[in-house]
Amino acid sequence: MNQNIKFIQGNEACAEGAIYAGLDFFAGYPITPSTEIAEHLAARLPQKAGKFIQMEDEIASMCAIIGASLTGHKVLTATSGPGFSLMQEALGYAVMAEIPCVIVNVQRGGPSTGIPTHVSQGDVNQARWGTHGDHAIVTLTASNHQDVFATTVEAFNIAETYRTPVILLFDEVVGHMREKLVIPEPGEIATVERLRTSVAEGVDYHPYLPREDGRLPMSDFGHVHRYNVTGLYHDMWGFPSDNPDVVHGLIRHLVDKIENNVNEIALYKELYLDDADYILISYGSSARSARHVIETLRPRGERIGLLELQTLWPFPADIVREKCRNAKYIVVVEMNMGQIRQAVQMAVDDPDRVFLANRIDGVFITPRDIRKLLRVIVGKGV
Amino acid sequence: MAVKDYIRERFFPHIWCAGCGHGIVLNSMIRSIETLGMSKNEIVMVSGIGCSSRICGYVDFHTLHTIHGRALAFATGVKMSKPELNVIVPMGDGDALSIGGNHFIHAARRNIDITAIIMNNRIYGMTGGQYSPLSGAGTLATTAPYHNIDPDFDVVKMAMAAGATFVARTTTYHAKETTDMIRQAILHEGFSVVEVMSQCPTYFGRKNRLGSAVDMMKQMKSITAPIGSKAARENPEIIERGIFCQEEKPEYCSEYDKVIERATQGQGV
Repeated sequence: MNQNIKFIQGNEACAEGAIYAGLDFFAGYPITPSTEIAEHLAARLPQKAGKFIQMEDEIASMCAIIGASLTGHKVLTATSGPGFSLMQEALGYAVMAEIPCVIVNVQRGGPSTGIPTHVSQGDVNQARWGTHGDHAIVTLTASNHQDVFATTVEAFNIAETYRTPVILLFDEVVGHMREKLVIPEPGEIATVERLRTSVAEGVDYHPYLPREDGRLPMSDFGHVHRYNVTGLYHDMWGFPSDNPDVVHGLIRHLVDKIENNVNEIALYKELYLDDADYILISYGSSARSARHVIETLRPRGERIGLLELQTLWPFPADIVREKCRNAKYIVVVEMNMGQIRQAVQMAVDDPDRVFLANRIDGVFITPRDIRKLLRVIVGKGV
Repeated sequence: MAVKDYIRERFFPHIWCAGCGHGIVLNSMIRSIETLGMSKNEIVMVSGIGCSSRICGYVDFHTLHTIHGRALAFATGVKMSKPELNVIVPMGDGDALSIGGNHFIHAARRNIDITAIIMNNRIYGMTGGQYSPLSGAGTLATTAPYHNIDPDFDVVKMAMAAGATFVARTTTYHAKETTDMIRQAILHEGFSVVEVMSQCPTYFGRKNRLGSAVDMMKQMKSITAPIGSKAARENPEIIERGIFCQEEKPEYCSEYDKVIERATQGQGV
C-alpha cells in the first residue's frame, strides 16, 4: 500500500498541502467548517518542529501569523465567514506591509452566523473587497482534493513571489467531503522559498524597494537589517510618509504587482471549450456538478464545455473573454447570488449571453439542478 | 553602547506634545536596554496605534508598528516563531486595555515571554482627548462633556488575575525607578507588565484642570507611594508603586518545545 495515498477530508488535504509547501507556523481559532485544518496541523506541525497556536480569536490569529512571517516563516490561518470578517483589518495590514501569508476561508452560508454546517460560496466578493481601501488581492479555490492540495502549495508560492497575502476560498462541501488524495513526492510540485536580501550588514537595506523584476527581498526579524514595518503609507525603508509621491507610488505598486501579473496568477481548467455553444463557468465544489453535467450531455451531442476557475482574484478577465468568444450561452454555476457572474459579465463581449445557475439555500447544487436551469436558460431540453 | 546608538536620530524631534510623559518612558526604556547591554538585532519592538505606539519609529530595533489594540497578538507570533528574540510591546491605556483588552488577558494567561509596557495617560490623545477605560468616573473628556460615568479598573490587579508573572507600576515622575522596573521586566522570563503612569497635559490635563506637565508630574508623586510604605498604609487613596508580583511559572514557548518533543517522539497522537 502506497503511504502517499490518503482517503481524507478536503480540510486535511489543505493542511497537508500547506506542510508540503513548507508551512512552519499556524495560528487559528475554531470555527465550522474549517476546524479540521487547525486540528490536523495541531498534530502535524510539531512533528516537524513547526509551531501551532490556538489564539483568543480570529483577529489575533491573523495578527500572529503576520508576526511569524516577519521572522522568516511560512504561515497560515484558517477560518470561515464570521472569522474571515474579523480578520479583514489585519489582512489589509498584510497587503500594506507586504507580508507573505495564506488565509483559508472554508465558506459557509452567511451573512452573520448564517448556516454554519451548510455550503455556500457567498464570500467571493468579501475576499476581493473585505478589507478597506484600494488594494489588489489574490484568491484561489479548488473543486477536488488533489487540486486543494496543489492550489494550497500555489498559494504559498504566490505569497512568497509577490510578498502578499493569498486567500484560499474553499467551501463546506470540499472541506468536509472525503476522497482520495495522492500526496506528491517532494519536488514534484515546485515550492517558492522566501527571497532574502543579499545586502551585507552595515549596507543600507530597502525592504520596500522592488528589484528590477518587481520582487522585494526580505530580511528576517532578528537578522542584521533593522527596519520598520507599518500599516501607514511608508517609504522604501518602511518609515511613515505622507509625501504625495510616496503615497501614490506605493498604492500603484501594491495594485500593479498583482494586477499586472493576472495571467501568471491565473489558474483554470477547461473541458471541451473549442467548439462549445454553451459554456458553464464554475469553481469550487459547484464545478464538480458542472463537470458532471458536461460529461453527461457531451456524449448526447450537446456542444457544452466547462471553464473551471481556480484563480478568482485577480479575475482573469482576458482569459474568460477569449474562452467565451464564440459561445451562445455562458452560464455561471455558483452557490451565491451571482458574485462571479457579475465579474464574467464585465469581462465578456455581449454580456447578455451570461446567465446564472445557482442555489442559495444551503443545499449543494446538483447536476440535476443545473440541467433544470439550463432548460430554462436555453429554452430546450438539454 | 551609548544611549543615542539605540535611537533613530534622524526622526527627532519626536511628534509628542511638549510636556508629554511618553518621551520619559522612551528614555527609561532605552536606558534599561543599555544597562542590559542588549544587541539591537535581538530586540523586536511591537506597537499598536496611538501616541504611545509611535515610540517604535524612534528606536533602532526591528520595529513593527501594527494596528489598534493588536500589538500583543502580532508580538505573540513573533515570539513564538523565534523565541530567542526579545520582544517588547509599548502600548497606551486604550490600545492595551480597551480594544486590546482580550489580547492582553490572553498573553498574560499564556505567560509568553513578552514585556508589555503600558503608558497610562488616561486618555485617547491621538484622536484628541476622548475618555479611555482608565480615565475613571468623574473625569472630563471630549466624549464625556458632562463628566465620565465609566469606572476604571486597576491594571496591576487585572494583569495579575490574568496570569502575568511580573507586574509593576511606576510613574514618569520616577524615571529612574521606571528604568529599573523595565530592566527587571525584560530580564523576567514570562509575561511581564509595567504600568507607567504618564501625563497628557494637552488633553487629560487641560480638560481636567490639572495644570502644567510639571504640576501633573508632581501630582503623580503625591498620589503614589512605594508598596507597603507608611504613606500607603495610612492613606487608602494612595496608589502603590513597585513590583507587585515576580514569580516563576512555565513560559509558553518553553512549554511548546515540550509539545514538539512529545510530537517527534510519537506520543499523544
